[in-house]
Amino acid sequence: MRQFSYERAIDPAQAAARAAEVEGAKFIAGGTNLLDLMKLEIETPVHLIDVNGLGLDEITETDEGGLRIGALVRNTALAADERIRRDYPVLTRALVAGASGQLRNKATTAGNLLQRTRCPYFYDTAQPCNKRAPGSGCAALSKGAFSRQLGIIGTSEACIATHPSDMAVGMRALDAVVETITPTGLTRSVPLEEFHLLPGDTPERENVLMPGEMITAVALPAPVGGVHKYHKVRDRASYAFALVSVALIRQPDGTGSVALGGVAPKPWRSVEADAELPNGAEAVMARLLNGARPTEENAFKITLATRTLAAMLAEE
Amino acid sequence: MSSPSKAFEPRRRTLLAGNTDLEPGAAQRTAAPVGPETTTITVTVNGTEQELTVDNRTTLLDALREHLQLTGTKKGCDHGQCGACTCTVNGARINSCLSLAVMHDGDAVQTIEGIGMPEALDPMQAAFVEHDGFQCGYCTPGQICSAKAVLEEIAAGVPSHVTGDLTTRIEATEAEIRERMSGNICRCGAYSNILAAITEVAEQQAQGDRA
Repeated sequence: MRQFSYERAIDPAQAAARAAEVEGAKFIAGGTNLLDLMKLEIETPVHLIDVNGLGLDEITETDEGGLRIGALVRNTALAADERIRRDYPVLTRALVAGASGQLRNKATTAGNLLQRTRCPYFYDTAQPCNKRAPGSGCAALSKGAFSRQLGIIGTSEACIATHPSDMAVGMRALDAVVETITPTGLTRSVPLEEFHLLPGDTPERENVLMPGEMITAVALPAPVGGVHKYHKVRDRASYAFALVSVALIRQPDGTGSVALGGVAPKPWRSVEADAELPNGAEAVMARLLNGARPTEENAFKITLATRTLAAMLAEE
Repeated sequence: MSSPSKAFEPRRRTLLAGNTDLEPGAAQRTAAPVGPETTTITVTVNGTEQELTVDNRTTLLDALREHLQLTGTKKGCDHGQCGACTCTVNGARINSCLSLAVMHDGDAVQTIEGIGMPEALDPMQAAFVEHDGFQCGYCTPGQICSAKAVLEEIAAGVPSHVTGDLTTRIEATEAEIRERMSGNICRCGAYSNILAAITEVAEQQAQGDRA
């Protein structure tokens, strides 16, 4: 791990200003992903701003009847919150499908959104990776590469990595909004749909945050009701990343929303695909995965996603 | 022959890490730290307040093992995948390898040494012995720290991936325990006996609650 200096932030606006001012600075909250990457020297911040003392660890009700989840609410606390379990169970289900108990106790809401991909070639510093070392190439797209876990849609010639979060998939189905503070002290709200960027030619840019800008909360709209489900298919029954995961909110009239994890660089959902929900899983996935460009090794994810949703719809 | 102090012993891991400038794929950086590279913290470990000055890079795990000589907490993978380093901070189990010591100023840490020693075993430790819940024993401190926290999490109503109804009381079933222990790997494969040990303590606690 490279040397770094360390400070504890006491105010969100000051923390954001400081992060913008110090070249090579990063925020640290739970640290469960950042420290892992620092040990491998994939992340090499020169200065860490510890945001754990900022408060931002409460879940409060919004004027619109929804909930505002502080950036530092731990994944365990969020999953266990009585209001989340009752009114947004798809989020609880998504959270407890991810990581291990130890990691969920430490990992934060904001950090979960900002975690990096688990693409094996991103992690292997002996391999080219456009996300880790821009312009070096994509080892995952080379002949014979191991791409079973990687993306099938929203990817590019430069990068086929997926966003690894389960939480974000549940939040996407719920139309969550990310709230931030900028280095100049301004606040803004970004729908989760627009928060993560597709790789295009710049896979190193993963979200719309400006230098120093910090997530302060994630807001959920008023409860939408319906039946909430989250099914995650993986190579191991627990503590493994998704091959495919499906978040489903379904109303009694058959309408609802569907978001996919494990297939794209961001939680994958479209209103056109949602509209097909009354017509069944094949109709939804024909729309949602239209334009998919899987590798030979991960083309099975299209069938797997369709069958997973079909199984969820058949359960009721 | 006396061995050199742990702090100065060269290790292959350290030597390799020091050479990564040579690797073309490693991230480059131009900026430099803007303040001290060490920090002084006060942390309460197993009930005793400790003041430590550590390199900012020191993990909580290394602070416990190398600075406080509390070597019960084990380093397995050092990447949060195996759970051997599990201890509790302010009551919550975490991977101590994925947390910086400097982030724990003012915190209360409990390690396996604080749970119980051979002359006075905690019920969970006694159950692991009784059920032969280990073979080589390397993962055991982490398994025990995790197992105690698992039963507390169930009692506190924290749901898991296998929890059915999210709105009712959660029972400490075998399925619940298995799922919640998935962050602790045992390469000897003592899982069935670990499960038996935890189940016994869960039953003891349930009987205690009823009595």
